[in-house]
Amino acid sequence: MALRATYRDAGPVTVVDLSGRITLGDGSALLRKTIRGLLEDQRKKILLNLADVDYIDSSGIGELVSGFTAVKNQGGELKLLQLTKKVRDLLQITKLYTVFDVYSDESAAIRSFG
Amino acid sequence: MAAGDKHLEITLETQVESVNLAEEMCLRVAEAAGFGEDDCYRIGMSVREGVINAFHYGNQERPEKKIHLAVDITSEKLIIRVLDEGTGFTLADVPDPLAEENLLSTSGRGIFLMRAFMDEFDVVTGRTGGAEIVMSKKLPDPSANSSNGQGGQQSNPRQEA
Repeated sequence: MALRATYRDAGPVTVVDLSGRITLGDGSALLRKTIRGLLEDQRKKILLNLADVDYIDSSGIGELVSGFTAVKNQGGELKLLQLTKKVRDLLQITKLYTVFDVYSDESAAIRSFG
Repeated sequence: MAAGDKHLEITLETQVESVNLAEEMCLRVAEAAGFGEDDCYRIGMSVREGVINAFHYGNQERPEKKIHLAVDITSEKLIIRVLDEGTGFTLADVPDPLAEENLLSTSGRGIFLMRAFMDEFDVVTGRTGGAEIVMSKKLPDPSANSSNGQGGQQSNPRQEA
């Protein structure tokens, strides 16, 4: 399933709801475009809701890392919300689970932003 | 090739669409061979990563080059080969994506994932002179209870050949 991305405001935090697959090609490109677009709008507190993302390949992982670094370099924060089992397992075996701030509860995730 | 073994070979264009095509084809073969849902996911992901590697690193995204995908089912295992038309590489030269200094790298996890998800994994020099990824997974035991969903519930296609 092609990736879809919509975003909404939760106070100072922008929650990006993603659904589908983040893979080489359109999926990774859309994620990159979305995060870069938010940064251009000076939205630097970004919460990626991955509840409906059931598949990520190495290209998608690379794009998550790229987004994380881009946001951080601009003084912002990018966090992850509601990982599916496959995505969580993937982040664990690649040791990225310790790099990203990951939450299961949206309210708690939003409160965690400084 | 022993009696009952199956062989499938396809030549793919060096384009993004080939990644999905290869994954879908190998998923069908894996399902028919009796692999369960979790193993199919791992096999599909490994094929994706192998073809991405050939597309991006091996063939340098050059459309005149081809990607050669071969799938074999023997009495023991599913074997997948992905051959590119690049200049080849050695595994020892691939950086460890789990090393602290590489954790935030935006690439370089494909080989690691294939190694993690398949039973056997190697890279050799193929007939084109490019890199050939060879990876395999042991066939599920059709008589054993599956621990990952559907594995072992289907008849073994080797017996249908």
